[in-house]
Amino acid sequence: MTTTTFPTPMQWTDNKRYLWPLGALVLTLPLIGTFAYQATGWAVMLWIGFFIFYGLIPLADKLLGEDNANPPDAVMPALAADSYYRWALFASIPVYVTVWVYMLWFATTVEMPWYGWLGCAFTLGIGCGLAINIGHELGHQTSPLERFLAKFVLAPGAYGHFYTEHNRGHHTRVATPEDPATSRFGETFYEFLPRCIVGSFKSAWEIEAKRLKREGKSVWHYSNDNLQTWAMTLGFWASITVWLGWPALAMAVVAAVYGGSLLEVVNYLEHYGLKRQKRADGGYERCQPHHSWNSNHVVTNVLLYHLQRHSDHHANPTRGYQTLRNFDDVPRLPSGYAAMVLIAYFPPIWFRLMDPKVVDHFKGDMRKANIKPSMREAVIAKYSAAA
Amino acid sequence: MKKWRCLVCDYIYDEAKGWPEEGIVAGTLWADVPAGWSCPDCGASKADFELIEN
Repeated sequence: MTTTTFPTPMQWTDNKRYLWPLGALVLTLPLIGTFAYQATGWAVMLWIGFFIFYGLIPLADKLLGEDNANPPDAVMPALAADSYYRWALFASIPVYVTVWVYMLWFATTVEMPWYGWLGCAFTLGIGCGLAINIGHELGHQTSPLERFLAKFVLAPGAYGHFYTEHNRGHHTRVATPEDPATSRFGETFYEFLPRCIVGSFKSAWEIEAKRLKREGKSVWHYSNDNLQTWAMTLGFWASITVWLGWPALAMAVVAAVYGGSLLEVVNYLEHYGLKRQKRADGGYERCQPHHSWNSNHVVTNVLLYHLQRHSDHHANPTRGYQTLRNFDDVPRLPSGYAAMVLIAYFPPIWFRLMDPKVVDHFKGDMRKANIKPSMREAVIAKYSAAA
Repeated sequence: MKKWRCLVCDYIYDEAKGWPEEGIVAGTLWADVPAGWSCPDCGASKADFELIEN
């Protein structure tokens, strides 16, 4: 006869514990590209960010698969308080800023063909995109150090408005038609991107203007979080322009635009078509686990600090990355974010893959879905007829 | 009666108004709001609220 032993909290170990520093390590990959270019003279090496982000990572996600395990409830308080995780996240910040400066220096001082220059810009842009995710994790913490670092790490990629808009805009309006950062059923990524960027900037400005007014201060007061982080961006960009000239500024801008588009394509995946229902009093129901798309793929979850355990993140926004849990029975993406991003770039494939999942989720009752307004009636009629 | 603000999203819990939507009647003191209650707007936990000083 065999006996089954259940792990006690004492015996439980975090199998991702020593993987989290990979989030910082991956930011150094552009260096390998530049060394390889100098060793071989092949400018294609400077596109290393592209090859890894769109090729190697989706492939590794497929090969290594999913991890559904959650820490036992009993270890959660200790896990949340363990400062190792805090430092593993902090470590990524100096790495990112150093690589950002190095790439601008390299691209403006080492001779390379135009397509090598572009490769440097896009490789740097992937770093900017990953840094927004780091700023996201930091910006959800409530300690002053983390909140300052969030604004700081968003600055080189000029995405500081995200600090304000994400917590106080997106988290309150998520999965509603009013949210610029929630994509709608039938909306292509290319329709979503400008709507989201314009709407998010506007929202960030209005949220801070409203807060400062309530505190009796001018919107131009130094405590405006948008102005603080934009001032840091100005500091970074002015310094590299003075030191390395206009071409460095041009590269910083290209990298920032592309990095921002990466953050927004991830936003596009996270709540596609999902909608919170209205209560009798006209407000929206609370955000619940079934209002976000999730993935348990290990590789992307480690590199994105568990961002893909998105339902738990929205249900418990101040929960640190190491404690985010998988829930069964939540909307689930067929792959990790890296592969889904590629699919989102090709709307016909995206619709073919994701639309049936949204319809299934609502069991054909598309009145409950968040649909692009111009096609709303037609979509509801189409699926109610089929049901 | 006091007011408490969510550190994540600025939602204000007003003790005078409570949150009748979820059975927290008007006049419920912050201390009597259940520990498992979270911000109705963004989901932040009860511990993530601060007292608004007047």
